[in-house]
Amino acid sequence: MTAGQKFTTEKGEITFFSDAAIEDIKAVNNVIGSLFNVATSEVVFIVKIRDFTFDKSLMREHFNEKYLESEKYPKATFQGKVNGYTHGAAAQQNVKAVGKLSIHGVTRDVDVPGTMQLVNNKLLLKAKFKVKLADYNVKIPTIVWQNIAEEVEVTVDFIYKPL
Amino acid sequence: MSKKSIITIIFMISSLATLAQEELMKELESKDQNETDYAFQTFKGTRLVNGHSIETKGKGTLEFIFAHRFGEVNGGLYELFGLDEAFVRIGLDYGVTDRLSLSIGRNSVDKTADGYAKYKLLRQQKGTSNVPVTMTVLGGIAYRLSPKEAPEGFGNIDRLAYVSQLLIARKFNTKLSLQVAPTLIHKNGAYQSIEENDQLAIGVGGRFKLTRSVALTSEYYHRLNPVDNAPFKNALGFGVDIETGGHVFQLVMTNTRGLTERAFITETTGDFGDGDINFGFNVTRTFQLKKK
Repeated sequence: MTAGQKFTTEKGEITFFSDAAIEDIKAVNNVIGSLFNVATSEVVFIVKIRDFTFDKSLMREHFNEKYLESEKYPKATFQGKVNGYTHGAAAQQNVKAVGKLSIHGVTRDVDVPGTMQLVNNKLLLKAKFKVKLADYNVKIPTIVWQNIAEEVEVTVDFIYKPL
Repeated sequence: MSKKSIITIIFMISSLATLAQEELMKELESKDQNETDYAFQTFKGTRLVNGHSIETKGKGTLEFIFAHRFGEVNGGLYELFGLDEAFVRIGLDYGVTDRLSLSIGRNSVDKTADGYAKYKLLRQQKGTSNVPVTMTVLGGIAYRLSPKEAPEGFGNIDRLAYVSQLLIARKFNTKLSLQVAPTLIHKNGAYQSIEENDQLAIGVGGRFKLTRSVALTSEYYHRLNPVDNAPFKNALGFGVDIETGGHVFQLVMTNTRGLTERAFITETTGDFGDGDINFGFNVTRTFQLKKK
C-alpha cells in the first residue's frame, strides 16, 4: 500500500447525549484515534473511556467506575468499512459504516449512516447514531435510572488528513 | 459451484476483510502508546470512616457532609442502644482545584469548629510515568468552644488543636484500596498527667468493594506516644459505603463519638471489645457549583 492512501484523524470528537427525566447528561471526548484507508474504505477508531469529560466531575467518576468500568474495559473501538464513499468527489456523500463496535467488553455488528466529504484534501466524517446501554451490558442501578436514559445518542465528528 | 463452496468463499473473503481491518487497528494502537492512566475513586468518600481519605473534591464541586454518631450500643434498652444520644458534625468541603480542597465544619462533641486544607501531592498512575500511590497532605485546625469557661490554668488559646496528616493510599484493583496515614496532633492545652501536647499516631484503613455501589471500609488509628495510664483508647471503625448518584451513605460502627482528629484520635474512651460501639453515619451530597 502506498502512502497517501491512508488518512489519520487531525481532529476528532465523539459526544454522547443522554436525555432522561431528571437530568440531561452530555459528555465529550476530543482524544480520538482513527485511521481510514481510502483504497479499501476500511475505518477503525479507538476511544478511551477516561477521556470523556462531563459538566460534573462526579459524573465522570461514576461513568468510569460504575457504568463503563474503564479499568476493566479502557477502550471502545470500531472496526469496519465505509460503504458508498467515492474518493475524489467534491460533494458531500451519504455513507454507511458497517462493522464491529466494541463498548464495555461487548462487540456488536452495527451499521451507522453518516456523511463524508473531501475538502482541501481533508476528509470530514460525520455520523449520529443511538446506542442502547443494555446492548453493551451497561447496567444502571434502579435508584438512578431516572437520571440516565436507556439509549444515548452518539455524535461522531472526525477530520482526517493524509497520513 | 455448490452452495457450500460459495459460502466458503464468502466466508474467506469476509475473514480476509476482517484481517485487514485488524491490521489497521493494530497500526492505530501502535500509534498511541504514550498515555497515562490515573487511578479513579480510590475511595468513595472524602472520609474513610471517621478520618479523612486521600480523596479531594473535583474542581468547583461542593460537598455537604452530615455526619452523626449515636451513643454506645451497650447502653442497653434504657438508652435505646445508644439511639437516645446523638453527636453531629455538619460540614462543607469545596474543591478549589482538582487537587486542593478546603473544608469547614462544626462538631457537637466539645462544640468544636474545624477547618481543613487538603492537597493531592501525587496521583497514582501508570503508563508513561508510574506512581504507585496517591498522596494527599492535610492540615487542620479545631477550636473547642466547650467548656464555656476555660478550666483553671488554661486560656482560650488552649482550646485550639492542630492536625497534620500525610494520607497515602493505593488502589490495588477495582475492589481493594488501602491507606496509611501518619498523623501529628498538636493540642495547645493538654492535661500533662494523661497526655502530651504533641501526639503521633498512625492510621491504617481500607475499602473492599462488594458491588459497584456498595463497599466495606475499616479504619484504625494507633497512638504512638500515649502516656502510661491514660484513659484513652485507639480509635477503630468499620463501615459500609453505599453510593447512589450524588449521595454517599456511610454507615459506621466505631468506638468514638468525635469527628475531629483531636477528639477521635487522642480522646477516644470507648473500648470496642467491651461493646462501647457507636453506630453512626456520614451522608454526603455533592453539588457542582462551577461547570468544568
